[in-house]
Amino acid sequence: MNFLLDPVAALGRATLALVRHAGALTLFALLGLSHLVRPPFYWRVFVASLIDIAYYSLPVVALTAVFSGGVIALQSYTGFAQYHVQSAIAGIVVLAVVRELGPVLAGLMVAGRVGAAMSAEIGTMRVTDQIDALYTLSTDPMKYLVAPRLLAGTMALPFLVAIADILGVLGGFAVSTTKLGFEPGAYIIATFNAVKPLDVTVGLVKAAVFGFLIALLGCYHGYTSRGGAEGVGAATTSAVVSASILLLAFDYLITDLFFAQ
Amino acid sequence: MSGTPKIRIRGLTKSFGEKKVLDGIDLDVEAGTSYVIIGGSGSGKSVLLRCILGLIVPDEGSIEIDGEDLLTTTSARRAALVARIGMLFQNGALFDSMSVADNIGFGLRAKLRDGAGHKLSRAEARERSGDILKQVGLDPSVGLLSPSELSGGMQKRVGLARAIAGTPEILFFDEPTTGLDPIMGAVIDGLIVDCVKRLGSTAIAITHDMASARRIGDQAAMLYHGKLVWKGLASNLMNSGDPMVDQFTHGRREGPIKMELRR
Repeated sequence: MNFLLDPVAALGRATLALVRHAGALTLFALLGLSHLVRPPFYWRVFVASLIDIAYYSLPVVALTAVFSGGVIALQSYTGFAQYHVQSAIAGIVVLAVVRELGPVLAGLMVAGRVGAAMSAEIGTMRVTDQIDALYTLSTDPMKYLVAPRLLAGTMALPFLVAIADILGVLGGFAVSTTKLGFEPGAYIIATFNAVKPLDVTVGLVKAAVFGFLIALLGCYHGYTSRGGAEGVGAATTSAVVSASILLLAFDYLITDLFFAQ
Repeated sequence: MSGTPKIRIRGLTKSFGEKKVLDGIDLDVEAGTSYVIIGGSGSGKSVLLRCILGLIVPDEGSIEIDGEDLLTTTSARRAALVARIGMLFQNGALFDSMSVADNIGFGLRAKLRDGAGHKLSRAEARERSGDILKQVGLDPSVGLLSPSELSGGMQKRVGLARAIAGTPEILFFDEPTTGLDPIMGAVIDGLIVDCVKRLGSTAIAITHDMASARRIGDQAAMLYHGKLVWKGLASNLMNSGDPMVDQFTHGRREGPIKMELRR
């Protein structure tokens, strides 16, 4: 009988754990957000986090965007040449980069770099009693550690994605004009004809949501980590994995919300 | 002795799952006294301090500071009461992203206000941190170092400096001499006694270092299986007449305290 019931019990336990984590994460997010509108606000922590996310992530995001734009141009050309519609490549590159690849790739890069770092830093503070020490020094850890990072993540990602959009399109432009024989003027005109303000806006909205999620999950997993170095390591892995999955899920939801006909 | 103790604990109970860590603790700590709580690892000493600080919410009981119950008052009042407590953590718990001076400055800016009710400026806090470093026997130039550059004893001193920076009415010490050699342990104990005396603070220290307990404490109690099984003068710790305390203080294997398998 057990061999029939055990999988059901395991599924039940997993479901309960998922619901418990989702509830705890939601409460954590609401508490963090509530501290954004209640003074004091720690501007120095915010500025440091903003610089860390926006400035120091710039090289990896820029390189990813340039190469991705170039690859889309190459791959599109290979396929479109069969149907003699190579002229659509400029539009494909700009829409793919602005709507999807810019926000998603920048988000995944930042999740790997910043989400992991946030989780490791806050997790180490948790297991070495530094978070308790903040509390004894009349400083709310949620206000000091979490709220500024949530705001910084939400503001930094749109900036990074705007840069990624420009560099991604430039990557496609460079490959198309130097390798595929496109005329630069025509390529630029086709690019501007294809992209609409809504495409850029939705890409930046996605970026803001992704930035919030990355910071939220980095802070949450660090804040709730337990058990020394091993616990911090596990929290860091969880932060990156869960941020990546949620980022892709929200990417679908936002795309469906704005572009589903 | 005044009528109301500085800290009054009644019926404090806390369980984690099925394990009862604190089981009906009653404790009075008079103003200006140093109370040492001894007990083995896992006996609930740290949980008791964390309950008083509001870091752990107890299941039952009351914790009063100057007659005001921390557990039933408003969150703003609770924060104000906890702000009167300074804490030296077992491992120092220094902020490793800040310099030593900024760690102490954080304590100053968190708790002290100028005449107009404003926080101290960073520059002023950094300047004052040098004076506080001198009080714990360190040169002000140590303020430029980061916590990772300090030895264990120096980290404890800086932790003590940060704890006393806000001139707290109450000081907690969590295993202040753990991990230190006997001489450095005696130095830290001496600094603790000096700081408590100078500030006129009420202190609670938890330790299983008997030499430290006798140096720091006026009063003492022993915690075993979540209950306070003995209270008395710290000077009587080594000859209390209580079989549990005697076994613990003299480090005997045989006696009423049995080692158990920990789960």
